[in-house]
Amino acid sequence: MTQKNRLTGGLIDRTKPLEFKFDGKSYEGFEGDTLASALLANNVRLMGRSFKYHRPRGPLTAGSEEPNAIVELRTGNRQEPNTRATTAELYDGLIANSQNRWPSLKHDFMAINDRFSQFFAAGFYYKTFMWPAAFWEKVYEPIIRKAAGLGSLSMEADPDAYDKGFLHCDLLIIGAGPAGLSAALTAGRAGARVIMSEEDYICGGRLNSETYTLDDMTGTEWAAQTLAELQSLPNVRIMTRTTVIGSYDHGIYGAVERVSDHIAVPADGAPRQTLWRIYSKQALLCAGSTERPIAFENNDRPGIMLGGAVRSYVNRWAATPAQEIAIFTNNDDGHRTAADLAAKGIKVSAIIDTRADAPTSEHTTVLAGAKVKDSLGRLGVKQLSVELADGSIRNVSCEAVAVSGGWNPNVHMTCHQRGRPEWDENIAAFVPGKDGPPGLSVAGSAAGIMSTHGALTSGAKSAVAILKGLGIKAKAAKTPEAEDAPVSLQPYWYVKGGKGRAWLDQQNDVTVKDVKLAHQENFRSVEHLKRYTTLGMATDQGKTSNMGGLAIMAELAGKSIPEVGTTIFRPPYTPTSLGVLGGRAVGKNFHPTRKTPSHFWAEERGAVFVEVGNWLRAQWFPIAGETHWRQSVDREVLATRKSVGICDVTTLGKIDVQGANASEFLNKVYCNGFAKLAVGKTRYGLMLREDGIAMDDGTAGRMAKDHFVVTTTTANAVSVYRHMEFCRQCLWPDIDVQLISTTESWAQYAVAGPNSRKLLEKVVDREFDITNEAFPFMACGEITVCGGLRARLFRISFSGELAYEIAVPTRYGDAMIRKLMEAGEEFDAVPYGTEALGVMRIEKGHAAGNELNGTTTALNLGMGRMVSKKKDSIGSTLSERVGLKKDDALMQVGFKPVDSKEPVVAGSHLMAKTGEVNAAVDQGYITSAAYSPILESSIGIGFLKDGKNRKGEIMRAVNPLKNQTVFVEVVSAHFVDPDGERLRA
Amino acid sequence: MRFSGFKVIKEALTGHKGWGPQWRNPEPKPHYDFIIIGGGGHGLATAYYLVKEFGQKNIAVIEKGWIGGGNVGRNTTIIRSNYLLDGNEPFYEFSLKLWEGLEQDFNYNAMVSQRGILNLIHSDAQRDAFTRRGNAMILNGADAVLLNAEEVRAEVPFLNFDDARFPIKGGLAQRRGGTVRHDAVAWGYARGADQRGVDIIQNCEVTGFRIENGVCKGIETSRGFIGANKVASAVAGSSSRLMSKAGMRLPMESHVLQAFVTEGLKPVIPGVITFGAGHFYVSQSDKGGLVFGGDIDGYNSYAQRGNLPTVEDVCESGMAIMPMIGRSRLLRSWGGIMDMSMDGSPIIDKTHIDGLYFNGGWCYGGFKATPASGWCYAHLLATDTPHKTAKAYRFDRFEHGYMIDEKGMGAQPNLH
Amino acid sequence: MIINHPILGPRDAQEFTYLGDASLLNRPDWQANDAADQFYNYQYLRDNPAGEHRELWFHEQGDRSWLVVTRNTVTHEISKVELASDVARKEGRSK
Repeated sequence: MTQKNRLTGGLIDRTKPLEFKFDGKSYEGFEGDTLASALLANNVRLMGRSFKYHRPRGPLTAGSEEPNAIVELRTGNRQEPNTRATTAELYDGLIANSQNRWPSLKHDFMAINDRFSQFFAAGFYYKTFMWPAAFWEKVYEPIIRKAAGLGSLSMEADPDAYDKGFLHCDLLIIGAGPAGLSAALTAGRAGARVIMSEEDYICGGRLNSETYTLDDMTGTEWAAQTLAELQSLPNVRIMTRTTVIGSYDHGIYGAVERVSDHIAVPADGAPRQTLWRIYSKQALLCAGSTERPIAFENNDRPGIMLGGAVRSYVNRWAATPAQEIAIFTNNDDGHRTAADLAAKGIKVSAIIDTRADAPTSEHTTVLAGAKVKDSLGRLGVKQLSVELADGSIRNVSCEAVAVSGGWNPNVHMTCHQRGRPEWDENIAAFVPGKDGPPGLSVAGSAAGIMSTHGALTSGAKSAVAILKGLGIKAKAAKTPEAEDAPVSLQPYWYVKGGKGRAWLDQQNDVTVKDVKLAHQENFRSVEHLKRYTTLGMATDQGKTSNMGGLAIMAELAGKSIPEVGTTIFRPPYTPTSLGVLGGRAVGKNFHPTRKTPSHFWAEERGAVFVEVGNWLRAQWFPIAGETHWRQSVDREVLATRKSVGICDVTTLGKIDVQGANASEFLNKVYCNGFAKLAVGKTRYGLMLREDGIAMDDGTAGRMAKDHFVVTTTTANAVSVYRHMEFCRQCLWPDIDVQLISTTESWAQYAVAGPNSRKLLEKVVDREFDITNEAFPFMACGEITVCGGLRARLFRISFSGELAYEIAVPTRYGDAMIRKLMEAGEEFDAVPYGTEALGVMRIEKGHAAGNELNGTTTALNLGMGRMVSKKKDSIGSTLSERVGLKKDDALMQVGFKPVDSKEPVVAGSHLMAKTGEVNAAVDQGYITSAAYSPILESSIGIGFLKDGKNRKGEIMRAVNPLKNQTVFVEVVSAHFVDPDGERLRA
Repeated sequence: MRFSGFKVIKEALTGHKGWGPQWRNPEPKPHYDFIIIGGGGHGLATAYYLVKEFGQKNIAVIEKGWIGGGNVGRNTTIIRSNYLLDGNEPFYEFSLKLWEGLEQDFNYNAMVSQRGILNLIHSDAQRDAFTRRGNAMILNGADAVLLNAEEVRAEVPFLNFDDARFPIKGGLAQRRGGTVRHDAVAWGYARGADQRGVDIIQNCEVTGFRIENGVCKGIETSRGFIGANKVASAVAGSSSRLMSKAGMRLPMESHVLQAFVTEGLKPVIPGVITFGAGHFYVSQSDKGGLVFGGDIDGYNSYAQRGNLPTVEDVCESGMAIMPMIGRSRLLRSWGGIMDMSMDGSPIIDKTHIDGLYFNGGWCYGGFKATPASGWCYAHLLATDTPHKTAKAYRFDRFEHGYMIDEKGMGAQPNLH
Repeated sequence: MIINHPILGPRDAQEFTYLGDASLLNRPDWQANDAADQFYNYQYLRDNPAGEHRELWFHEQGDRSWLVVTRNTVTHEISKVELASDVARKEGRSK
């Protein structure tokens, strides 16, 4: 029998033995074990090291509040640091390793820190390591960082999948202990839609750890019977291994279901965990309570545990931490532990009860009015030094200690919306306040109702009351006869008088002395205490330690504990993997990918794609022999300017504007005039924000008197539509206009170049005359193509060439691009991508995203005169502010290198030809740059102070990031065809 | 008492009995020359520099709760001066220089750690914008390095280079950027100010201003009237609430920003990293926790707490850029109130009421500004003229069209 | 948060995009003598109350309605949701 400390009974399946490894050594446990219970069964108490002093540590608890027994679980890319052994379910082949120790858990070199602990008192680092100044990053900090942290990441991508889901219910019951089960039974029988969540892998809560009977059943039997009925109810959803992590506004709760953490690897296609967003009409918190320790010197040795945890290990897991156990208590709970241990045949050395009037015990000696002064034992407790009521010292031998300091209701969820708990003298603990989240009630020991009977009845009664509020009639489930003992407790937080260290926060190594020092240094608010000492900041967030700290603070300040108050409870309730919070939005699925209708055609052509927002757009189309992107782009530009090129511009935003007041509406949202635009004509439009800064530009084509088609830039498609709806609904609610975004409804292609008309004539149906006379520059119209397919044609040009944009319903986009390419064969038509598009727009000096950067005005863009003063339009009034109309305002101009072999670099700043180079004499900056194959030179556009009056000036474009200075000449931004003859051809 | 390595050793060997309070708890006097409302980083720094740099005396800092309890106590601890615009960059560079000498100056180890900040680049347009920004930084005397994708990979190989929705195309690094132990900043300034005679009065709520004939004479508080020659507000997210007591409406909204920390991990992230294709920034504290954040929740709020969609959104960005953090765990999330201004930049200015001054609008960038904000505010209070690096931070810049809009988002605070 | 849309019923706030104070409905008259001052006030100054706040939300992932939501900025409690166009009309806006 390798499991030396395994007892009889318990909720483990002895027919399913499981092999596992801890720190390389193999052990055996059973299904139903946690890693901690299995290790204890194997007489392993040492499971970790503390953060600062590297003190040897064993489990303090048997649940998610565990500060000490935290390990690296699994290996390789599934390695999971800081995993609580007390909640990790055992599975066959489990591998765990201790952390924060070197070279081994038993012999940890860093434990040297413990010898010098007096140098590491609270806040010591704020007072030193300041000299010499440069040493912090170079010497001190690297040492501190190396020592800090607990577990380690594998540094490999997490291989598992995570899901997200949404649930709705009338009543969410958080916790499936006696209160939760009886509430669920009551609500479930009444037909309400119930979700009951339980962080444990079995329901029942403390019922599985205590030996009390409910009627004539064990707690476990009653829980199982209740669960069976709940499972039969279709309106009840039971979610085990599910932790409600936070309470959010309006009845929404976040919950994490650990779908596959109890097995080695998730089943095929199954997620590791799922994040649920639960929309509840009402919620009932039945989260139970957490036991708290009493601090005494060297109270952190492996084997020193909470009494309730000892009962859990012995009763539920049939694993005792030791064969001889001492009990230290301030309340009747310690005696319960003694009875349970005795029943399992474990020797109880003594009950050390702080109460002078402590009851006697049939199982062992009770040392009434006594306290534990100190403990001995390097890697595990061996002996206690006890001060008896008469002041004499008695040594008590033991291999474990069960400490009971009382129970704290788990009020967290009631405080997530900044509610404050209230103090309850009877149980000397904080209970939920009255300002908890709307719709959240509390029952059972979470509400400070500490008996089993109380939990059962309060659960049922709360459910009845809640359902009544929802208009559902319910009858409280009959509760079984159960223990109803009053709480008999003497508040006792720490043993005074010793010279050594008594631990409060075991993981972060915060001792009673540290709290006293903080007080001495005037860190007297709870928040100061926490931040100065790091009390309660470890992975357990102080679930077992905060109360002790508060009590000592209160004592030092001469205040009551409620006067001192608590720190703020924040989500998540227990640490939550980032993987599950990220869900499926990882890798390529981080954002949706939008593909245009020509995407697959472009892929066939070997296009290189680029991310533009969520869109993928063809960036260029390399052909055989091209080895550098510039070769492809230059070729595409030249071919387009020489003959014809075709570019997918589907991603541009498209907004359909219809209604009797459509032109008036556009006249208000564009700074330039739209009232008089003729049907069949398109106009360039500049939209300002109300603050007078350019928001977006595009075109609006008037298809009919009451119908415009507006285009926006790709980047602003969504925000411009939102803005136009704002104008329509909020500013001019009676205007007769309807808007709809049709970005996804139309596939749109630019056909540009001298032969574009000839190409299009082959595609456009004959009844539509697109000659220059019939369909001049800026014309637009509804047409048909390819024998009757509905289409729209706009004679607009971004490239500066004779050009059109043709739009067809999205589902014909793929066919259209193939048709256009086929029709273009005789003209050597090329497809061009966003790079060539960019080159040609820079050659023409058209502003794009780099120029419309949210700080530039119409004036800066060289379009100051477009802002009509004869009408009201968004932004027109505030665009008149003096700061936006300075004499030397930035103006968009072009730049050409003096030496055409030199590059113009976007992001360069402009300085005078000679003189100093610094921010004070900054003249502007280059926004966009490209190599112009037509001009055989690099060119750029940008903003220059008083730019319109400086043409011909030679300036320096400086790029100190690359130690680069290029002499450039200020030129017109219209590099190609400044008079626009080509586009009117 | 001066802190030193020697003192730490001496106290360690004598039971730490010699450490006294790091600041006093004085009763308020009836009148001060200067009252600073707000015992956060900015308020305490202002008091400290008023004495130390501008030779002023008779100063009180009035704090409603406990000092350091606002945004200096709950932020992501990042310092940097990687700003673009003329109105901002000199100020933030001044601040970074003050950080560099701060600990020796106020004799408190705030763990100023210049491990660098790296802004990732994911598109050509972003590279153009970051080139302009990096050049602006250098032209203002700050440091900046533009990295290509390979250089970024060499420095932080654990980022998502091979399966990214938005590939990493480079980065703009500021090596002098980094992190600071945020609480220690408040405590260091408090201790330094207290040692120089400043009264730090905690648990004292300002309930109103006494204004006579357009002149501010002092403040009404939960502990009675306190007179002052000059009253200076430095209350961040509570600015609108406080200044409304003086009849002012401000160009700002209060928003909630959530921030996050994971369980402690052995060191993985060298400096600060910001994701450019989603809003996410992360560093690792000296204790080992990954400290990270993202966008504000986006609606006006004084609740100091946020909602789940933002938590998910931030973690999605984190997982997208650093897929190796999936098995680390979020330990705690919290929310602070941000004084989001109309152009994303702050205000340090006189008000139209004589003797009443204002400092606010820091959005979620106030922490890194703490030293310069304190210094420049002290300059304004002591001399009634703006410090040369804070000249642009005027109230009337909106009225006259001199916005300082780094992000180019216009008058919509939740987009800054 | 959940916004009870006057047409569609309760919807997760995540479906909406936030703009700001509903005073943005009250766009000034461009021809007023003090139009510049009015526009400055309209565009830049806010009450920013700690308490009840009327604010504009756009149902971007839904029916594209702009809503005026009355919400407490301290508790986040929502007490009223109206169509912005109705509110605008009530406040005298037309074309």
